[in-house]
Amino acid sequence: MKKLINDPQAVVEESMDGFGLAHADLVSIHRDPLFVTRRTGREGKVGLLSGGGSGHDPLHAGYVGHGMLDAAVPGPVFTSPTPDAIIPATQAADSGAGVVHIVKNYTGDVLNFETAAEMCQAEGIEVRTVLVNDDVAVEDSLYTAGRRGVGGTVLVEKIAGAAAERGDGLDDVAAIGNRVNDNVRSMGVALGACTVPHAGVPSFELADDEIEIGIGIHGEPGRHRIPLEPADGITDRLLEPILADLQPVAGEEVLLFVNGMGGTPSSELYIVFRRAVQVLQDAGLVVSRSLVGNYITALDMQGCSISVLRLDGELTELWDAPVVTPALRWGK
Amino acid sequence: MADTLGTDWAIDWLRRSAATVADHRVELGELDRAIGDGDHGENLDRGFRALMAKLDAEAPPTPGSAFKMAAMTLMSTVGGAAGPLCGTAYLRAASAVGEVDILDAGALVAALTSARDGVVARGKAAPGDKTMIDAWTPAVDAAAAAQGQGVLAVLEAAATAAEAGAVDTDPLIAHKGRASYLGERAVGHRDPGAASSALILRAAADAAARNAT
Repeated sequence: MKKLINDPQAVVEESMDGFGLAHADLVSIHRDPLFVTRRTGREGKVGLLSGGGSGHDPLHAGYVGHGMLDAAVPGPVFTSPTPDAIIPATQAADSGAGVVHIVKNYTGDVLNFETAAEMCQAEGIEVRTVLVNDDVAVEDSLYTAGRRGVGGTVLVEKIAGAAAERGDGLDDVAAIGNRVNDNVRSMGVALGACTVPHAGVPSFELADDEIEIGIGIHGEPGRHRIPLEPADGITDRLLEPILADLQPVAGEEVLLFVNGMGGTPSSELYIVFRRAVQVLQDAGLVVSRSLVGNYITALDMQGCSISVLRLDGELTELWDAPVVTPALRWGK
Repeated sequence: MADTLGTDWAIDWLRRSAATVADHRVELGELDRAIGDGDHGENLDRGFRALMAKLDAEAPPTPGSAFKMAAMTLMSTVGGAAGPLCGTAYLRAASAVGEVDILDAGALVAALTSARDGVVARGKAAPGDKTMIDAWTPAVDAAAAAQGQGVLAVLEAAATAAEAGAVDTDPLIAHKGRASYLGERAVGHRDPGAASSALILRAAADAAARNAT
């Protein structure tokens, strides 16, 4: 597998160095331990921090900036960061009003963030945690580690970030984050596997004419493998379990998010988006907000995910609020 | 002969743990690749190597301080789920033994029990979920039953029960961690966390056989 890298063990550090240089107006990079902070914060604002294994760019470091995150903690590729990085990043994100941790539901992430949060609390920083678990591909969530955090994470970070920027208190920002999580569902598909740089070989095998429905953002197994079919059919397969689980009511406004996994061109994402709009309209829903592009990826995986978020007046207003980050910016 | 173990035993336990993890690094990785993400051996080995470097630089004065050093080092260097779980186990063991210089059989049982309780509290797994707990719980039960027979018997019983517990995870369906997404496909594979826990508890017994006073 060909990769544009120097040393497989230095991928995260070298990439973050370049990221810091490219976006020096917005972020600062801290080394040993590695974390990213927002360059211009505001005293008394609730801090917002997220993190997790690397390989999902631009998540999370790309969302550090005005109206979104105050700090991001990138772990090794597909491996949670540890408390020794999460704790100083939380301290940096705290300006006296406490910090909300946005954590994707994976066992390693949950345990490391929980441990770090306990240690921060012991040092006097109030921490609240929003756990994102929007992946409907996990059917038996009672008897497993639960639904995984995927595309919905981007929406939680944007909307909770806007609430913090608006001046909401610690519990209110966490409540907004939880409300987004409660109202968003996602499902993904892989056309081809991703390759972890230090592993050097694809994480799983798919035949040339085979796709995996319900794939996770680390290449975890999904619901089933089927022969490749046209984009419209795949889109229907992804939306069906989302709508069955979310149960939106006709006439409701929704945000439709079609996300690329890293190895699929945006032209194909728009073909999926086109069909998804038709399906949602046929269900009587109003697609009033949209996002299309590579926002939470799985390295070079070919494929996409669809997320549907039920909106209300407040969530729409917070979605529309100005955001200035390396990967998402509008309205200011 | 006083039936106790001291700081020398605690440090030797950690060193022997590091050695056995290094010896079984590839094997633990293969167990994990079958039902997880394949990094368990690598991650634990990295953590214990970091711990060895700290022990070489500074000798902890009590068993409790040795456990605390292990806790903080493993928590920050292992990563994944194993880092916080192993770190919590040593942290709770450190709290249980306090500042004393020597540990009798009762103190060892209390330390092992607290360590297991910490892993349960952190990971929220129950016996039979195909996790580290399936090695730790029989180990704690066997250690408690052997308390009247002295420190060597306590640690030998714990190690033997942990090894059996790890083997007993083979037929289980996982309910926690990444393996839980595999359903029936996890059956027939040993839980890597239970396997590494058994190695570490065996190291405790081996260290005791050398360091009993």
